[in-house]
Amino acid sequence: MQLNGYGQLDATFAALADPTRRAILARLTLGEASVTELAQPFKMSQPAISKHLKVLERAGLISRDRDAQRRPRRLEAKPLADANAWLESYRQFWEGSFQRLDALLDEMKTQKAQKQKKGSRR
Amino acid sequence: MKNTGTLKVTTPSHCEVVLTRVFDAPRQLVFEAFSKPDLLKRWFGPHGFSLVVCEVDFRVGGGFRFVLRGPDGKDMGMRGVYREIVSPERSIHMESFDNYPDKPHQVTSVLTEQGGKTTFTATIIYPSKEVRDIVLKSGMEHGAAETYDRLADLLQTKLSQSSATAATP
Repeated sequence: MQLNGYGQLDATFAALADPTRRAILARLTLGEASVTELAQPFKMSQPAISKHLKVLERAGLISRDRDAQRRPRRLEAKPLADANAWLESYRQFWEGSFQRLDALLDEMKTQKAQKQKKGSRR
Repeated sequence: MKNTGTLKVTTPSHCEVVLTRVFDAPRQLVFEAFSKPDLLKRWFGPHGFSLVVCEVDFRVGGGFRFVLRGPDGKDMGMRGVYREIVSPERSIHMESFDNYPDKPHQVTSVLTEQGGKTTFTATIIYPSKEVRDIVLKSGMEHGAAETYDRLADLLQTKLSQSSATAATP
């Protein structure tokens, strides 16, 4: 299933909102894996894992090899990279501001300390 | 991480974006830096942008007017109204961009201090996810380097947040 633009972004974030699904994706960054292999680290039945895999698949975050007997799942990088770019653009906007604010706050702290020093001398 | 500072961006729901950033200063100073025009002018805006108009009437019912000038000389205006001010802890304001004046979003800023450091948390609530998307679209256009490194970063971030975000499949 192909989703476009922000529909894709919503599907990605919704899929990432679950810790089991994030762990599955983290596992798949190491390489493709079968359902049995993916289910192993979790105290979950295979049907429960399959449900999570379905959500990930519908969101386009993973795909499976239909020909191979093991039908291994593999990671689809693009939607995750897009979601990361979206968050990154937000970070870039604000981090530029906040780095300047860091410098300003340092200056304000120094000024305040100097004022207090002067005050205590009186 | 690509994330240069300690800024964290999370999306607890479709209409919300939460920014968290720690500053190495007491919150009184941070609060001043967020509310006084002469201080705001010195930091507000992404790299390459300058705040050419900065008018602030910092009281409940009062408002602000900002105009950011970009490196290409283009201006981006925004304005807002203060709904709640509890100095130096928190403030709530509504803000909107000139391009989308009828689509204001609510910003709740909270400052907490511990050991001389201040944690700033801004919760931005958009009236709908469409508005969120419109507001953020411009930012999206300059992102988009699609590498596995960043993918790993994202997963790492998401994994470390697993306790912070409620599971809403």
